[in-house]
Amino acid sequence: MAAEAQALAGDWGGGVHPYRVGHRKLGMWLFIMSDSLTFSALLIGYAYVRASNVWPTPFKFYPSIVFSSVMTLVLLSSSLTMVMAVSASAHGKKSAARKWIILTALLGATFIILHSIEWNHLLGEGLKPFQLPQEWAERWPGSTPLFGATFFGITGLHMFHVFTGCIYLFVVAARVKKLKHEDIEVSGLYWHFVDLVWMFVFPMIYLLSIYPKK
Amino acid sequence: MTATVETEEHFAGSNKLFVSVWIWLLALTGFEVFLGYVQLPVIYMLVILMGASIIKAALIVAYFMHLRFERLNLVLTIVPAVVICICLLLVFFPDSFRARQLRYSGPPAAEENH
Repeated sequence: MAAEAQALAGDWGGGVHPYRVGHRKLGMWLFIMSDSLTFSALLIGYAYVRASNVWPTPFKFYPSIVFSSVMTLVLLSSSLTMVMAVSASAHGKKSAARKWIILTALLGATFIILHSIEWNHLLGEGLKPFQLPQEWAERWPGSTPLFGATFFGITGLHMFHVFTGCIYLFVVAARVKKLKHEDIEVSGLYWHFVDLVWMFVFPMIYLLSIYPKK
Repeated sequence: MTATVETEEHFAGSNKLFVSVWIWLLALTGFEVFLGYVQLPVIYMLVILMGASIIKAALIVAYFMHLRFERLNLVLTIVPAVVICICLLLVFFPDSFRARQLRYSGPPAAEENH
């Protein structure tokens, strides 16, 4: 108990290294803070537009929700492989870390492919950023055409993050032997953040837009 | 004399712990999808889904992003600032109900003249 109190007092004392993390890791945390506010603003803007309009709920449980659930599974699994990479790196197993990082990037690429298939399907149905498919407009009369803008905007920005994350991870995997453990950890922070954002995008965009049962 | 910055490697958490967190995340996602299948009223869906998402986000931040094992100083620098800013962004949201009332909903019903 006394040791815990002493440790806490030490933390609050700050000293020369108040955070006990390197500048790269602190920089990534600050980036994540700012990026989380970007996505928060987008999702709150989406909620605002949605609550103030008639909103289409076009996603049928099968195939749309099942498909997006598989995408969620892929992204969650990529987080597990990433944390395994960081763990391996922490124990000095750089080769194992490289394999886990490559597996993570491949899962990220799988997510992008699945997402692209879904986008292609919706575009094929006639959904555009500022226009609903005719069938949807008839099914939900008076509904706002902004569905496409919010859907493509939010999921597109997330997909862009996944894409840049994949490139980042491939670069880290290629240079893993030269990099410090903290560099691997920083790349992991970015990847987990991408996963975290999807934990809000998936329910808000997909699960709350399920086609109503008859 | 060269100034060096010491950063200790203090990696905590076992692979078993990370797998169990992953299973919890999958279970919560499965629960969310199940709610989508049974289709509760939208207000219940919103509250429960956001609650589950916040739990999932907390698990990811605490264990996968390792924040639980970092210094309290770092946690207190990051978490409250983000939470307060998001709450401030939410200030705008109730205005959406006013905006909904402003929507044009067709011509008013004609008054009957006798």
